Amino acid sequence: MQLTLWTYEGPPHIGAMRIATSMDDVHLVLHAPQGDTYADLLFTMIERRKKRPPVTYTTFQSRDLGGDTAQLVKDTIQEAYDRFQPKTLLVGESCTAELIQDQPGSLAKGMGITVPVVPLELPAYSRKENWGASETLYHLTRKLLSPMATATGSAQSPTPEGRRPRANLLGPSALGFRCRDDVIEITRLLQSVGVDINVVAPEGATPDDFVRIPDADFNVCLYPEVAATTCKWLERTFKQPFTKTVPIGVGATRDFLQEISSIAGVDVAHALAPSESQLPWYSRSIDSTYLTGKRVFIFGDATHAVAAARIAQDELGFTIAGLGTYSREFARDIRAAAERYGVTPLITDEYLEVEAAIAEVQPELVLGTQMERHIAKRLGIACAVISTPIHVEDCPARYAPQMGYEGANVIFDTWVHPLMMGLEEHLLAMFRDDFEFNDTAVASHLGPAERPAETPAAADADAPLRWAEDAERELSKIPFFVRGKARRNTESFAAERGIHTVTIDTLYDAKAHFGR
Amino acid sequence: MNALTQPSELPAARGCGDLPVLRERGQREVFCGLTGIVWLHRRMQDAFFLVVGSRTCAHLLQSAAGVMIFAEPRFATAILQERDLAGMADCNEELDRVVTQLLDRRPDIKTLFLVGSCPSEVIKLDLAKSAERLSRQYRGRVRVLNYSGSGIETTFTEGEDTCLKSLVPEMPALPAGQRSLLIVGTIADVIEDQFSRLFGALGIDQVQFLPPRRTDELPPVGDGTHFLLAQPFLNETARALMARGAHHLAAPYPLGAEGTLEWFRSAANAWEVPENTFAETLRAPMARAEQALERYRAQLAGKRISFLPDSQLEIPIARFLHRECGMELVEVGVPYLDQQFMGPELDLLPRTVRLSEGQHVDKQLDRVREDRPDLTVCGLGLANPLEAEGLRSKWAIELVFSPIHGFDQAADLAELFCRPLIRQEKLAV
Ligand code: SF4
Ligand code: SF4
Repeated sequence: MQLTLWTYEGPPHIGAMRIATSMDDVHLVLHAPQGDTYADLLFTMIERRKKRPPVTYTTFQSRDLGGDTAQLVKDTIQEAYDRFQPKTLLVGESCTAELIQDQPGSLAKGMGITVPVVPLELPAYSRKENWGASETLYHLTRKLLSPMATATGSAQSPTPEGRRPRANLLGPSALGFRCRDDVIEITRLLQSVGVDINVVAPEGATPDDFVRIPDADFNVCLYPEVAATTCKWLERTFKQPFTKTVPIGVGATRDFLQEISSIAGVDVAHALAPSESQLPWYSRSIDSTYLTGKRVFIFGDATHAVAAARIAQDELGFTIAGLGTYSREFARDIRAAAERYGVTPLITDEYLEVEAAIAEVQPELVLGTQMERHIAKRLGIACAVISTPIHVEDCPARYAPQMGYEGANVIFDTWVHPLMMGLEEHLLAMFRDDFEFNDTAVASHLGPAERPAETPAAADADAPLRWAEDAERELSKIPFFVRGKARRNTESFAAERGIHTVTIDTLYDAKAHFGR
Repeated sequence: MNALTQPSELPAARGCGDLPVLRERGQREVFCGLTGIVWLHRRMQDAFFLVVGSRTCAHLLQSAAGVMIFAEPRFATAILQERDLAGMADCNEELDRVVTQLLDRRPDIKTLFLVGSCPSEVIKLDLAKSAERLSRQYRGRVRVLNYSGSGIETTFTEGEDTCLKSLVPEMPALPAGQRSLLIVGTIADVIEDQFSRLFGALGIDQVQFLPPRRTDELPPVGDGTHFLLAQPFLNETARALMARGAHHLAAPYPLGAEGTLEWFRSAANAWEVPENTFAETLRAPMARAEQALERYRAQLAGKRISFLPDSQLEIPIARFLHRECGMELVEVGVPYLDQQFMGPELDLLPRTVRLSEGQHVDKQLDRVREDRPDLTVCGLGLANPLEAEGLRSKWAIELVFSPIHGFDQAADLAELFCRPLIRQEKLAV
């Protein structure tokens, strides 16, 4: 058993729902109890989708368990099929149905349904949402494309003369992070270098569109968490290469274009430094000097976390103070990145661990998910959301991609916004005792709010360490965002030296010892 | 003021069963009883709710709780893992470990509810036994109780019923010869205070509430207890209280001015409060409520409304909207119908209403599209799709999370239904 307050990912059947909800002409029948229908609201409320997810639940109850739940499954499948007339039927189960072992997938196969039926294995007690999405996309693709795999002999012919190269965009899905706008941005980018889009999937695709996937020359793996498995299969089966760079940030977008150039043989030189890319200049502008060395803590799905780290370090001049992910499947990527930035990777899906890590590092900015937004709020640290899980405010009405050059512009604005502006910060540091303008106030452009009161870290430690009154006062003059760290550093400095009372001198000795 | 002085104005109880009920089976689109934790953990400030379930259960809770993460929640999920199911880990030992971890973190907790889920019930994890065992282990420090919030046993608000029922055996005995009035069901703190004041003014001063704000202050129960249900989904709790000798005071629910008045009257009758004391005491709040309602009645009268089954509040609220606001009831759906505790409400519904029990969500939505009511009360998953079809909707869950009971909230309750209609008129995009 795992004690959980909040969870980063839902169970794997939510992943299956994300694929089904992204598409048209597909229906998913889930063997699940009534409470599991809550999942519909994720799509209709968080993303404000206008249609109910194409999902029918068996909603079996206790009294059904003694009887024939298999018959209930079959009746539900038949009714959903008759009512919705999908072109492909997905069949799966949630955690409870997994325990009663009706095998809805096999039941569906024996029902003489004339459209493709894709049975889904969604092990609820060992896997999670992104895995479920990835597997569903993979099995759906396999089911729909296997007939072609044999027919074409699986050989991908080179792009014919005179035709522009074509790419599929794979991975954008319901409840992903800014997928709608990323697709628009990447479509424009690819078209600007002479590449046409063949199929975007799963978002907005039908089973008929899937059948056209092999017509493309290569695949763009936009969201590896969802599409990597499928891209690998397509590479094996149809010899379609796929991109490995996720174009989030200016540098990554350029690398992505170079990769496109080598896969598709197109000239990308003119697209490498377009005029609409503001981030490089904004970052160099004198105003941004105050961003230098800001300590950021990054946590999210692996793709967005790795991308955020690169932008933070190379494009905004921040310092990475922590880097982690809840995507265990992609832990290796995070480990590699963490090594590059000299931090210890945090691979966990336990919210409490992430909270402890952030409290420990005391960063000036948290780039995370909705969960970290709550942690940061509680700790009084600035925060921007970079990854799922999301809430309704992470689905903005305006165009706000993360990918490509416009995505980088959006990121610059979003990350810099919660921070204190340059001179404002200096003034706070100089005149700490102004009764109106002090550091319990938040940045002036962020409206009225109070920072939470600080609690002495070592109040209950067993070591009898105390702070002299004047040292405590001096500590309060240190900017709030480094105060916790200063306190802890000073205390560990004192403890190492057997000092029992922290004086002003101890404080400054520790400061000299640790540096900033 | 007629209602105040003429108690017999209400139709005589006709018994149940004379309203035809459309009973449906199919996909239900309702939360499970775990959802009750979202408000119960705020009401009982020294209680913690530990769901023993799956990642789905944890995900449901946080989705239902939405952004209400202001403080560390007093609920959590012990997520079953593969090794628990494969028998590699002894579930009881695992549970003990998790509980220890939890109680170490929260030494302020006085009552721990182990909440059963579909998975824990299907694998027949005996949480009653676990609760006993843990209660022994933590004797004097933490009381450990258990109840089911599973979706195979409970529907949305029914989780409060199973929770409160688990508290009934823990309630101390009311000494013989004493009388007390017990109000059952979570209501907003401000309404609890209003009710206490009014009961006091009626001369009923032994008034207690279940659930209490703190679980170490459980009210006593016994032969001298009369209880009123404040919420229409507490049937099993009511039966458990009756088994401990308490007497149920049958009444409509305290929603709307009329419902609240009759609810108070039921207690006043049991306490033999003189007619004129009753009329005097409730005159002012009743007049205030009626006056405040006036404004909204103008907007709601003649508008047509359908209820999809959700919180069990459908029948009393439909009764209020019809009788006090002049709305036309098209369909009133409830997850389940308990005639015993819904009787006084059913008597007040117009004979023309289409009453449905259970759910087949697709057929029900077909009917909504055909009926095209001005307003449809439904769950969160259905609201936006209906809006996108041009059908105005109202979230049922808002009715559970807003202070709507009593005289002074009658107009607030009406306003909740006006808002979508006003919005529709205002928007010109
Ligand atoms: S319906 Fe059952 S499995 Fe689903 S969230 Fe509720 S208790 Fe958990
Ligand atoms: S317990 Fe794990 S671990 Fe479980 S439901 Fe679930 S996915 Fe899962």
